[in-house]
Amino acid sequence: MNTAEERPEAPQAPAEALQAPAEAAQQPREAGRLPQIEIRNLRKVYPVPDGEVVALDNISLTMERGDIYGIIGMSGAGKSTLIRCLNRLDEPSDGQVFVDGDNVLAMSGARLRATRRRMAMIFQQFNLLMQRTVARNVRYPLEIAGVPKKQANERVRELLRLVGLEQKAGAYPSQLSGGQKQRVAIARALAGDPEMLLCDEATSALDPMTTQSILELLQEINRRLGITVVLITHEMAVIRQICNKVAILDGGRLAEQGTVDDVFLHTKSAAGKRLFGILPDQEEAAAPEPALRIVFDGAAAERPLISRAIRESGVDVNILSANIHQLNHKAYGQMLVALPETPEARKRLTDTLQALGLTVEEVHPQ
Amino acid sequence: MTWSQLGPLLWQAFGETVYMTVWASVVAYALGLPLGIWLVVTRRGHIMPRPTINAVLGVTVNFLRSIPFIIMLALLFPVTRAVMGSAIGTTSVIFPLVVSAFPYIARMVESSLLEVDRGMIEAAQSMGSTNLQIIFKVLLPEAVPSLVNGAAISVTTILAYTALASAAGGGGLGALAIVKGLNIRKFDVMYSASLLLVALVQVITVLGSRATRGLDHKRH
Repeated sequence: MNTAEERPEAPQAPAEALQAPAEAAQQPREAGRLPQIEIRNLRKVYPVPDGEVVALDNISLTMERGDIYGIIGMSGAGKSTLIRCLNRLDEPSDGQVFVDGDNVLAMSGARLRATRRRMAMIFQQFNLLMQRTVARNVRYPLEIAGVPKKQANERVRELLRLVGLEQKAGAYPSQLSGGQKQRVAIARALAGDPEMLLCDEATSALDPMTTQSILELLQEINRRLGITVVLITHEMAVIRQICNKVAILDGGRLAEQGTVDDVFLHTKSAAGKRLFGILPDQEEAAAPEPALRIVFDGAAAERPLISRAIRESGVDVNILSANIHQLNHKAYGQMLVALPETPEARKRLTDTLQALGLTVEEVHPQ
Repeated sequence: MTWSQLGPLLWQAFGETVYMTVWASVVAYALGLPLGIWLVVTRRGHIMPRPTINAVLGVTVNFLRSIPFIIMLALLFPVTRAVMGSAIGTTSVIFPLVVSAFPYIARMVESSLLEVDRGMIEAAQSMGSTNLQIIFKVLLPEAVPSLVNGAAISVTTILAYTALASAAGGGGLGALAIVKGLNIRKFDVMYSASLLLVALVQVITVLGSRATRGLDHKRH
């Protein structure tokens, strides 16, 4: 966790933390600033007839302001429960969730509602109000906040322009496509000027092309408005495309977390390797000798990369193992090739591969 | 009986039926709608879970609903007299009509509100809505087509109850058909009054389903 990561930002001391020194004392204050969201030892159990099911087991994560934080896992890994615990659509059984140092789980009534307004949410099934027009859907958060009608309507126009749906203001959600519905949901989520946007499988009901456009929109929102985005997904392509940090959940436990590049290049957990298409035992068995690990991270499309690398470097390649799979027409996975004998050949091959946009590292049997 | 004799009788009875039905419906909705909302929101897992209150309300509603209207009419005689000033007559019958209809309406409202997708309620919660905002800006507006459909059914049911008003000295088309028709073997009176009731039910049903379709933006 990088709670100590320093950025020149004024520390935001929340009023509640000042009034409650006992609570504030537990909170991390390294570098004089608080993480946007900090999850500590979060646990969620569901009672079942013969005991209980542990949906989340001792999860601790830190999300910084401006992050696009991806939470990935197979279905049933608990990722949806985790994101719903942040704004308490699900009640955690134990642990703490801090937003700017305030424990969300200790809040109730008006304070909880105020915090929820700061962390807007979008859903897989969009959850638009079907009897309201697009414009009135986007206006909903402004209505409940008591914003004057004229001002609210002006803001609605602005938001619909942002998501590219000005022409659909008077339409009903049933007249829109899935991608358009999600754009309306995003506009609605932004209406209340949130600092965080929680995306619960926001692209899982959409086709690949629509997914792309929604991801680009989320990225734009993150960059232009500085909104922290937390998104959960089961698609690695989504993580690779827009996230800077990632957490991998496996069976309710945190398997791995860190920056996307780090987790991807140095995948440690079995769950991570499964998600990235590298079978754990295969990799170990396949590296009895020094090798080069070539990582396909989706940046390289359908080009004949290996044959080009051989041609351009003039070095023969002996493939030891490969596990590459296609996601959204992009190649993901890793390949192990025998380490060329001479240092010069090694360097030529490595440079050529890197020039082609692949990530290469040497691996040695332990 | 000639048309000139029958006409005024039918017209007056028609007016009495409409009078009883409209007033009973309005008052029964004034009680049944809030009760229906309460039955929904106090459910386990809904926005204001109060399982005990919910169970007590549920049992009470079922109890009231299981009493046939004609029995309710008789049982309520003393109460009706106290509340309406008299136990008999067209206006007095409105009271037992309300008592019989409002638990039924509460259940109709409950089932309409339960059709509202949970996801919408969660979205509203995630935006920081209060429970009252969820009820008035999400639950009720989203359920409008279904509520209107339910209202057409409820009003039809109340209309059917009014036909038994003659048992408490009330008027209306049902009383006309029974008292001045069936009982004295004047079948032309009985049939014409009954036909008018049938027509009234048809009109309410058609208007109800048209309004339901017109108000629903979910299916386009």
